[in-house]
Amino acid sequence: MDFNADHFTLFGLPRVFNVDLGVLDARFREAQAQVHPDKFADASEADRRLSMQWATRVNEAYQALKKPLPRAQYLLHLAGQDVGAENNTAMPVDFLMEQMEWREAVQEARQAGQVDELEDLHFRLRDQIAERYAELGTLFDQQADYPAAADLTRRLMFLEKLQHDIDEALVALEDQ
Amino acid sequence: MALLQIAEPGQSELPHEHKLAVGIDLGTTNSLVATVRSGMAVVLNDEDGRALLPSVVRYTPEGEVVVGIEAQAEQARDPKNTIVSVKRFMGRGLEDIGHVESAPYDFQVAPGMVRLKTRAGVKSPVEVSADILKVLRTRAEAALGGELVGAVITVPAYFDDAQRQATKDAARLAGLNVLRLLNEPTAAAIAYGLDNGSEGIYAVYDLGGGTFDISILRLSKGVFEVMSTGGDSALGGDDFDQRILCWISETAKLAPLAAMDARLLLTKAREAKEYLTGHNEAPITAKLTSGELVNLKLSAEVFNDITQTLVAKTLQPCKKALRDAGLRPTDVKGVVMVGGATRIPAIQKAVGEFFRQEPLTNLDPDKVVAIGAATQANLLAGNRNPGDDWLLLDVIPLSLGLETMGGLTEKVIPRNSTIPVARAQEFTTFKDGQTAMAIHVVQGERELVSDCRSLARFELRGIPPMVAGAPRIRVTFQVDADGLLSVTAREQTSGVEASVAVKPSYGLTDDEITGMLQSSLEHAKDDAFRRALQEARVEADRLLEATEAALKEDPHLLDAGERARVDVALEKLRTVIQGEDRHAINHGMDLLALETNEFAARRMDQSIKRALAGKRVDDVKIGEEE
Repeated sequence: MDFNADHFTLFGLPRVFNVDLGVLDARFREAQAQVHPDKFADASEADRRLSMQWATRVNEAYQALKKPLPRAQYLLHLAGQDVGAENNTAMPVDFLMEQMEWREAVQEARQAGQVDELEDLHFRLRDQIAERYAELGTLFDQQADYPAAADLTRRLMFLEKLQHDIDEALVALEDQ
Repeated sequence: MALLQIAEPGQSELPHEHKLAVGIDLGTTNSLVATVRSGMAVVLNDEDGRALLPSVVRYTPEGEVVVGIEAQAEQARDPKNTIVSVKRFMGRGLEDIGHVESAPYDFQVAPGMVRLKTRAGVKSPVEVSADILKVLRTRAEAALGGELVGAVITVPAYFDDAQRQATKDAARLAGLNVLRLLNEPTAAAIAYGLDNGSEGIYAVYDLGGGTFDISILRLSKGVFEVMSTGGDSALGGDDFDQRILCWISETAKLAPLAAMDARLLLTKAREAKEYLTGHNEAPITAKLTSGELVNLKLSAEVFNDITQTLVAKTLQPCKKALRDAGLRPTDVKGVVMVGGATRIPAIQKAVGEFFRQEPLTNLDPDKVVAIGAATQANLLAGNRNPGDDWLLLDVIPLSLGLETMGGLTEKVIPRNSTIPVARAQEFTTFKDGQTAMAIHVVQGERELVSDCRSLARFELRGIPPMVAGAPRIRVTFQVDADGLLSVTAREQTSGVEASVAVKPSYGLTDDEITGMLQSSLEHAKDDAFRRALQEARVEADRLLEATEAALKEDPHLLDAGERARVDVALEKLRTVIQGEDRHAINHGMDLLALETNEFAARRMDQSIKRALAGKRVDDVKIGEEE
């Protein structure tokens, strides 16, 4: 294993969006079984520090590849394609309108204390997100269309943020 | 024997030496020590065959430290010097502690962590916990016939950095080499999973004396992976006792309770709670110091009623943990029950309803954590047999963040991140020529800094003056496998290393800070050492002065031998104070404190006697004047 290799190489995986999650899991565990601090609890101070750095590195790589959004962002980063998270927030008007409708629905349900409604929104959004990830897989792995993939990734960042806010609203209601 | 030297491939050639390692469950109510003997994890009993050591420490008038059942027996009679449930105070300030009014202690506010004033002096919760750990260590060394290589100490999964750090400090103070701080529910999962060869998603519901944890784990092919964890580090069986105490006070229309009465009734409340596990009604009888008799009957129905909100309070974190793991209750294959309080029938019922299945209670809820910790300690100490190996992947329970403008938190490492984990963040200046910058590290989920736990404040100094936004200061947060945080900082562009001054707020100890600085920046090291040295000198001066004054005032309280030892300690401290070695000064202070312990206790007794007999002392003085 090479400490400075990219995350895919570290786990011996092809650089694709549709990674085999079962293989990723298995490789992650194999790697941790080699480097985890628990394997070095009785080792020298220097070895323990090294083990911690390695285990941290393996965790970082796994986190970047496990979930689709960070994985897409990482692929774009490797391809030198700017996802434009900060300086390119101009999104199509219809997409923004749709977002506002969603947000209004979440806001209303939250204020009215409608847990069922929020849960319904959660599952509807989850399905939408899943569909777009399927699309994203095609853009990355079949068409290698990185500008289009960047555009869709940006939309997914909005949707994931929305999903996060719905979940926060649910937690807030339950904690009351 | 030649046979012994024939090894299977992959097996070590020589049967290696078995290293003595233990697992310690340092509980709010009870503590245990366990070890692996001939491949079996066993809890070690005391000479009387008792496994559970009540986590009660008493500082006796004779200067002894008594831990366990004997201390527990005296708690109502000597409440101020008998510390129970000290775990609730670990890494906590006075403002964080619930039921302060009914706790019979002389609390002292101290930076970071509350202190307790006892006849043996002012004690930090770390010292009290160390006294418990020392007893367990002695028990283990006697049972195993040798010195321990190390110990795995369990902590509630929901413990924050300050509480974990305090626990580790206590272990070090007790002379234990900490192999790992292990989360209690994870320890239970190891004990359960290895025993049952389980695969799939498991929930561990752990309601201890003072803490509640819920962990969701995925068990597969020798890997224990914590997916999420949640809880309440100030909710436990003790709170059920507290509710019963309130009920007793209200029902019997009692006046506000004296410390001794509060302790007595809390004990009665606990007994009633335990009795209700197998009965429908518990009698509560007690005689108060006023002579007043309490004679009540607590029915299971009333008990369930007054504790209903506590039970409900445990289900919220369960929901949250499931959501964090992206799971529903029905995805959970089994629910392991841990902690004595899970014997309460209403809890078993509520947990069963929530997860839609009978909870697993086949392991002793009091022992399962210690068993799991011992199993892990054995592995970490290097006693693993071929094939007998597993991997534990745990998480941090609470997000780590930074204070940003307007007192808001910015999350740097989110909760439920698999540890060890690191994250670097870059900072810059917002004014031209700015040379210093304050960084405040907090832990918690809330948006406002004031609602989170403050872990450390740093001041980055010596930033080369540049245009606003030009300096690049990289701050790295590293959480190790014990769940403990360390922070390092470095200015990138100038090549000049920035200096760091650390003002500890919670958790971070002197030594940790020193370590932090050592691994980081050179100037900072000098600075911090200077300051720490200066502080140590001031403190030592104060101690010298106080001791000398006391010796002048009450020389009769020491015999010649004792006085000689105190004088030696005084002289030693006076010498090291001239030097540059902070550790030597600290050591000198410890030594002097040790030698004057008994003297201080006698002075305390004398002043109490005088205060009680105030008039007579005055009379004597008047008589002298005449």
